[in-house]
Amino acid sequence: MLAEFRNVSFAYPANGRQRSFALSEVSFGIGQGEIVGVIGPNSAGKTTLTRLLTRVIEPTGGEIFLEGAPLRGIGRAELARRVGVVPQGAPSQFPFTVGELVLMGRYPHGPGRYFESPRDRALAQEAMAATSVLELAELPFDDLSGGERQRAMIARALAQEPRLLVLDEPTAHLDLRYQAEAAALMRRLNQERGMTIMLVSHDLNLAAEVCDRLLLLSGGCAAALGAPEAVLEETLLASVFGCEVIVDKSEGVGRPVIRLAWRARATTRAGRGGGESGSRA
Amino acid sequence: MSPSRRLLLVLVTLSAALLLAAGGALFVGSASISPSAVLAAVSGRAAPESVERVVTLAIRLPRIAVAALAGGALAVAGVGFQALTRNPLAEPSVLGISGGAAFGVVIGQSLGLGLTLAEAAGLTGFAFAGALLAAAAVYFIAAVGPGLSIQTLLLAGVIVGIFFSAAITVVISLMDFNRLGGVVHWLLGNLAPIPPGALVLFALLAAIGFWLIVSHARALNLLALGEEAAVQLGVRAQRLKLTIFAGAALLTASVVAFAGPIGFVGLIVPHALRMLLGSDNRLLVPTSFVGGAIFLLLADTVARNVVAPAELAVGVITSFCGAPFFIYLLRTRYRANL
Repeated sequence: MLAEFRNVSFAYPANGRQRSFALSEVSFGIGQGEIVGVIGPNSAGKTTLTRLLTRVIEPTGGEIFLEGAPLRGIGRAELARRVGVVPQGAPSQFPFTVGELVLMGRYPHGPGRYFESPRDRALAQEAMAATSVLELAELPFDDLSGGERQRAMIARALAQEPRLLVLDEPTAHLDLRYQAEAAALMRRLNQERGMTIMLVSHDLNLAAEVCDRLLLLSGGCAAALGAPEAVLEETLLASVFGCEVIVDKSEGVGRPVIRLAWRARATTRAGRGGGESGSRA
Repeated sequence: MSPSRRLLLVLVTLSAALLLAAGGALFVGSASISPSAVLAAVSGRAAPESVERVVTLAIRLPRIAVAALAGGALAVAGVGFQALTRNPLAEPSVLGISGGAAFGVVIGQSLGLGLTLAEAAGLTGFAFAGALLAAAAVYFIAAVGPGLSIQTLLLAGVIVGIFFSAAITVVISLMDFNRLGGVVHWLLGNLAPIPPGALVLFALLAAIGFWLIVSHARALNLLALGEEAAVQLGVRAQRLKLTIFAGAALLTASVVAFAGPIGFVGLIVPHALRMLLGSDNRLLVPTSFVGGAIFLLLADTVARNVVAPAELAVGVITSFCGAPFFIYLLRTRYRANL
């Protein structure tokens, strides 16, 4: 296993009235060369998982292992050389060019260096070529479109030369074309470079399309773990997401396709509305 | 051109300009001394107690040194605070940090501290404590909302600045009338020659502050990504922020102790250089030091000569330049953020 969570729990400190949120007893592993998807509704603990994996926060229970060694024994720079994160959303008011941004990915390989080495520069170029942003290198990052920003951020993570690439909601706020682009890019990185990827997303179809295995989180607990065909199951999704869905696993479709059952949902809402008016009366 | 060659080129050019400005400043002043007499004094040919020797080497030269050091220190402190708060308008005087340091110095002065080496060290200590107090207050006020927004931070800085200037007035009101002139003179932001021992101490403190910031310039760039993203790239963000803050506060405090609260240098110089070099702190920090030195030296030369034989405080010149510049930045470049 490249990365492994063993019974990992986390509780945000309860300060004042703020609700403390927990990830409880989650266990799963990411094997070398795999694409593992972490899915689940909002606030199910998906991003908490990423933050734990990069030691932004420490688990309150259980242990995380990276290549067999406990994560808590790995220093910041060392960790950044092994795990590259493409965070949710791009920085705003970012005063650097795309090239400068991607070079920042080389920081953990020589934090004491004042300027990057020629090798750092070459690797940054290569990373930009891999995500097709090389021709944008001289442009200010803020001038880029949403999809271009996403690719620049992925190039920055690739420049870290990580063994595990973590993508946190890579298609959020992007329109259809960029979603397809992101999926193709992930598959290409996985197939051509053997890159291990952890995809965190609430986009079930994207996850179903690119992932070898899925971890479904619900309220901080692992609700299911396994192949997309096994995890993406109508009754399970209905209970986790609290709405009716239709999973199309028919021949010729390929991976499972998930559709929201609009009509079913409307019925539920109408029923609940009726109940409320009833209690008010 | 690679960044290192670019830095070298700009630094060499700016250093040559600084030498030229310093050399030029040696020849102008309210005492009329001919250029040949200045040259004689510099080359050691003038008589030991002659007027030209005293004016050139004991008055003008130390004052040039103070101006260059103070300007460089303030500009670097500006870059530090701007990167730290991710706010392009942050600057020691705008943030109220200078005001806090000035309050510390006034307290020290009211206790009788002067500019002998030990007393100057004490005075800087008071200034540093005042700067920390002001920064804590600004942070406490500005941290009410989520994140540190530009307008809250500026507002907090202004409020803290007003508070400390009132506090300074209280201390001055209680002060011995005979000492008042010197304090007011200093409070306006006035460069005056300081004793060699104090000058060495000033240079040392400025060097420490500069080193704390320049040695972390690369990590400081990553902070623009946001703190969590910087951490995920291997930056020890908490330690970085404390180090930069300590460095910028030390630079501000030493300038305030030895030259008074001079405003806006930390805004004007880094911004001018940003237009030329971009936002890379590895280029900005070293070039801002030399650029700040040039700027304050020129401002002081103007201040010394524009109403000769009287003198203006250099703080007047920097504020006359800085205030319109600040408004210009606010109305054009950062309009979208407000």
